[in-house]
Amino acid sequence: MSGIPLQSGLVVAGLLFGLGAAGVLFRRDLLFILLSLEIMTNAAGLAFVTAGALWGRPDGQVLFIFILAVAAAEVAVGLALVLWLYRRTGTLDVDRANRLRG
Amino acid sequence: MILAWITFIPFAGGLAAWAAARRGARPARWISVAALAADLALLLWLGAAGRESGAETYAVVRLPWIPSLGVGFELAMDGLSFLLVLLTVFLGLAAVLASWTGIERETGFFHFNLLAALTGIIGVFVAADLFLFYFFWELMLVPMYFLIALWGHERRRYAAVKFFLFTQLGGLAMLAAILALFFLHGRMTGDYTFQLRQLVGTPLSPGEARLILAGFLAAFLVKLPAVPFHTWLPDAHTEAPTAGSVILAGLLLKTGAYGILRFAVPLCPEAAAEFAPAAMVIAVIGILYGAVLAFAQRDIKRLVAYTSVSHMGFVLLGIFAWNEIALQGALIQVLCHGVSTGALFILCGALQERTGTRDLERMGGLWNSAPRMGGMWLFFALAALGLPGMGNFVGEFLVLLGAWRASVPLTVLAALGLVVSTVYAVWMVQKTFFGLNASNWRIPDLGVRETTSLCALMAVILWIGLYPGPFLNTARDSLANLREAAHAVLEAQSAPAAGGDHDRP
Amino acid sequence: MLNGLWLIPALPFAAFVLLAAAGKRMPHPAVAAIGTAGTGLSAVLALLVGFDYALRPPAGNAFVQTLWTWMAAGGFTPEISLCLDALSAVMIATVTVVGFFILLYSTEHMAGEEGYSRFFAYMNLFVGSMLTLVLADNLLLLYLGWEGVGLCSYLLIGFWYRDVANVRAANKAFIVTRVGDTALALGLIVLFAHFDTLSIRDILARSPDRWLQGSGPAAWAALLLLGGAVGKSAQLPLQVWLPDAMAGPSPVSALIHAATMVAAGVYLVARMHGIFTLAPEVQALVAVLGAVTLLLAAASALAQSDIKRVLAWSTISQIGYMFLALGVGAWSAAVFHFATHAFFKALLFLGAGVVIAALGDEHDLHRMGGLRRELPLTFWSFLAGAASLAALPLVTAGFYSKDLILYQAFASPQGSPWLWAAGLAGAFLTGLYTFRMVFLVFFGKAGLPVIRKPGVAVSISLVVFSFFALTVGFLQMPALIAPVTVFSDFLSRTLPVLPVVAVSPATEILLLLDALIAPLIGASAAWWLTLRRPGFTARIERSRAGSALHRFWLAGWGFDALYETLVVRPFVRMARLNRDDVLDLFYGGLAWCASRLSYRLCRTQSGSVRRYALGVLAGAVIALGLVAWFKEFP
Repeated sequence: MSGIPLQSGLVVAGLLFGLGAAGVLFRRDLLFILLSLEIMTNAAGLAFVTAGALWGRPDGQVLFIFILAVAAAEVAVGLALVLWLYRRTGTLDVDRANRLRG
Repeated sequence: MILAWITFIPFAGGLAAWAAARRGARPARWISVAALAADLALLLWLGAAGRESGAETYAVVRLPWIPSLGVGFELAMDGLSFLLVLLTVFLGLAAVLASWTGIERETGFFHFNLLAALTGIIGVFVAADLFLFYFFWELMLVPMYFLIALWGHERRRYAAVKFFLFTQLGGLAMLAAILALFFLHGRMTGDYTFQLRQLVGTPLSPGEARLILAGFLAAFLVKLPAVPFHTWLPDAHTEAPTAGSVILAGLLLKTGAYGILRFAVPLCPEAAAEFAPAAMVIAVIGILYGAVLAFAQRDIKRLVAYTSVSHMGFVLLGIFAWNEIALQGALIQVLCHGVSTGALFILCGALQERTGTRDLERMGGLWNSAPRMGGMWLFFALAALGLPGMGNFVGEFLVLLGAWRASVPLTVLAALGLVVSTVYAVWMVQKTFFGLNASNWRIPDLGVRETTSLCALMAVILWIGLYPGPFLNTARDSLANLREAAHAVLEAQSAPAAGGDHDRP
Repeated sequence: MLNGLWLIPALPFAAFVLLAAAGKRMPHPAVAAIGTAGTGLSAVLALLVGFDYALRPPAGNAFVQTLWTWMAAGGFTPEISLCLDALSAVMIATVTVVGFFILLYSTEHMAGEEGYSRFFAYMNLFVGSMLTLVLADNLLLLYLGWEGVGLCSYLLIGFWYRDVANVRAANKAFIVTRVGDTALALGLIVLFAHFDTLSIRDILARSPDRWLQGSGPAAWAALLLLGGAVGKSAQLPLQVWLPDAMAGPSPVSALIHAATMVAAGVYLVARMHGIFTLAPEVQALVAVLGAVTLLLAAASALAQSDIKRVLAWSTISQIGYMFLALGVGAWSAAVFHFATHAFFKALLFLGAGVVIAALGDEHDLHRMGGLRRELPLTFWSFLAGAASLAALPLVTAGFYSKDLILYQAFASPQGSPWLWAAGLAGAFLTGLYTFRMVFLVFFGKAGLPVIRKPGVAVSISLVVFSFFALTVGFLQMPALIAPVTVFSDFLSRTLPVLPVVAVSPATEILLLLDALIAPLIGASAAWWLTLRRPGFTARIERSRAGSALHRFWLAGWGFDALYETLVVRPFVRMARLNRDDVLDLFYGGLAWCASRLSYRLCRTQSGSVRRYALGVLAGAVIALGLVAWFKEFP
């Protein structure tokens, strides 16, 4: 198998995940949050692939494809919700979508 | 199989009443009455047959239910269960009759709940399998909750939730105890079963036995109720509709006493013997505390509710004195308290229906316009204070007589309850029917339906008061068996130790 | 004949059931007929049975009729069984005869009352219960009758239920006697614990073998029985209920609170004499209680102005005499005084009832006067009763019974000159307060006008009672006057005879003379103070010490106030304070904590997605951190 070491793969995945998480936490625009979420799932996918490569088994890639499918479904639902929210409130600012406050 | 019929006829009747309620309230009521009357007839027939055969158990049902878990559908009826089921059906009938005019909303669903609760109670009294027992224990709870929450008085939601939380928490502890017993027994014998007759005599270490007993008592003492777990009772009794109060006071409380007798003590006799002095202290505190609080109440139903706390203290005292006289006394007290308090709640309901209030300060001088009602009220108030000639006296006196052998000072204190009960009894007569009719009440006297059902209750109280023989004889063997079972375990476990007091578990 | 014994209590009970079930729909004459017939037939039967018993005594001097086994539990098998012996024969005869004539009186006296049938129903229930009490063969059945009469007393004191004061008096009577009853119940339990039976005859037969003289259990049992007796018989310290019990109609006071029920305590002690003999300290206590009570009550009677309260205190005082007799072991003297007292005190109450009704429900002695011309029959019969109560010598029944008690209080082995002196002082006071009442009511200036005169039924009852009040005493006379001992001979079949210490003839004559003279002095003093020198009395009452004493005696030596402050008020206050049940605070607190906590936790639900995300992230980091931590330090 090729020579990307496990270490670097995981570091990249961790960085990507951190970036995504920061995006979720600090962006207020819903679209960007969705984008950041995608980055996080992909970071997880990358970690799977790296680990799969380490053990030389296809499970990692299988799971990545799985995650892709889930992400696609998630985007479909998520975008629909975003659209609905925009129509309803005229904004994409998540901090104003706080009607579930207890 | 007849036992299963007896248990589920009320439930089926309840379903039928619910279905029939679409055509109006009357069919629902009559179907309920018919179902309970049929049940009563069946029960009396069974009792007569059982007495004739002379067997210890009148009837048994054994069907597999969830064999993989060792759960069976096992019902058994001996003299003790028979009497309590008889009381259940009898008071159930009185409760249906008492809610003839008071319930106008959702009559069908009301009767379904009432009869379902009765099925749960009957089931509790005949279950011979701990899992089934727990099932029925919970079954009686839910319809009762609805009865209070849907048809109750002003603070019904609060009372219903309180009732549910208290009994549910107790029930949870009991479930834990049942499961613990199940696993301990299974591990020891390899036979994983919930059958009561197998589980009795399971050798337990003292620590285990104490915990299991605590679990059972958590459920039973709350239900009984013993001070300090009684505070759900005044609220629930007060806020429940008349039929609900009758069933609560007359029957539900008795399941606690029955549970202690049938399950808690026989399953862990040693721990029960250890706990007995404490239980008797609790009982005496309950007798006095309940009576004093009853006197202080302004709400008439609350007053009657607190008298229950006091009277059930006698039952607890009798059970934990654990000799024949005391146990017989406790049983008689259970029966008579059921009937007399049931009657008092029926009368409270009738009073509230007529005056629209439960406030004692607003009543008074009602004798003039409703002498028959006053006579009944007086009669059952006297029953509550334990006048000789009425069943409650037999119960209380036997309990005191038996408790004397267990503890003299506690008996003396318990006897003081007789004085305080007089205080609240005369108070509750004075505030309702005697005195000045300040509010100018003119209320209609009892009608035929009410008079008939109250006269039946009155007859039972007098019967037990003057000739309790049939009742005592019916229960004698079962009570003796319970005591023997407990003794056998005790002797097997402490064979080398000195004999000790044989009158106590 | 004796086999009809069960009918004696059953007949009044039957009348009660009939009247309770249908009395309201019956016309008044029918109610009166049933009401009197129940007790009347029972009286006839009681007399027949009594004579049969007297002439042909059954084996063992006791006839027992067992009806059924009441209950049977673990060796406790009391039966519903009746026992006729000399003591119960005297009791049933007195109770039914007195009861019948009082009921006859009531048919007229209570006419027009709203609860006419209720009255007769309760009265018959009372007679039935009282007969059960005295006929009971075991203590549990006796207890049934005991509580039954207490109940009737409660119901009849509160007969006019509209007035809260009456209801309060009824409650007080019931509760106070119930205190004694509870002691009695405990006494029963003690006896059962030691004898495994509650049969009176068995207990009395076995007690001398089982218990030593003066042993602890015997003392406790006797003390507890005495507790019941002092409650029912209104002796110190539970005497407070009886004066208030006068709130009931006069026939009720006559039957229940004078003639029969209040003497139940005397009956109980006489019945259980064996237990008391084994507990000499307690028996001495009985005597002392009797002596003290008779003096206190007589003094209180002096200060009353309500005619019925005078009689009530006098009843307490006379029962004090009976207790004194019991305490010195003069069982038959106590029962004899019970019998004479039943007749003359019932007569006095019936007479008082006539007077009260005649003056339009006036109870105050000071507003009466000169009635001897308006109500001659009532006057003469009242005078007969008063003479008997005051024990005027030779012609009255009260003299013979009281003299017997005084003599035996001195001459009995347990007696003492002190007890005798107390009795003698009491006799003087009795004469004083009795004739004070007579003079105030029937002599002097005319008070209120008479608006109602007694009719036939009332007159018959008065005459009959007057006859008995004067003549019953001839059944038993002191040896110095005429050696008649019919009564004590009859009772000796059941009750042990008192071994009298030999008294010198001179002392005996002296004792008799004292008993002769004391009431006469009392009566003359009453004449002097009320008729001759009323101003002198008024001056004493007005003086500071005099008025204080008057108020103190009027209030019955302050016992009411004492109990009020020590028991009643603290109890009520404590109960009211705890109306909402402090224990519920705990559960309420628990619920409050839960709801506060839930409120706090609600606050974290801010609705901000980014904050949630932060929470998720933080949770993940902590979880991972924990994993790492535990991996490092296993």
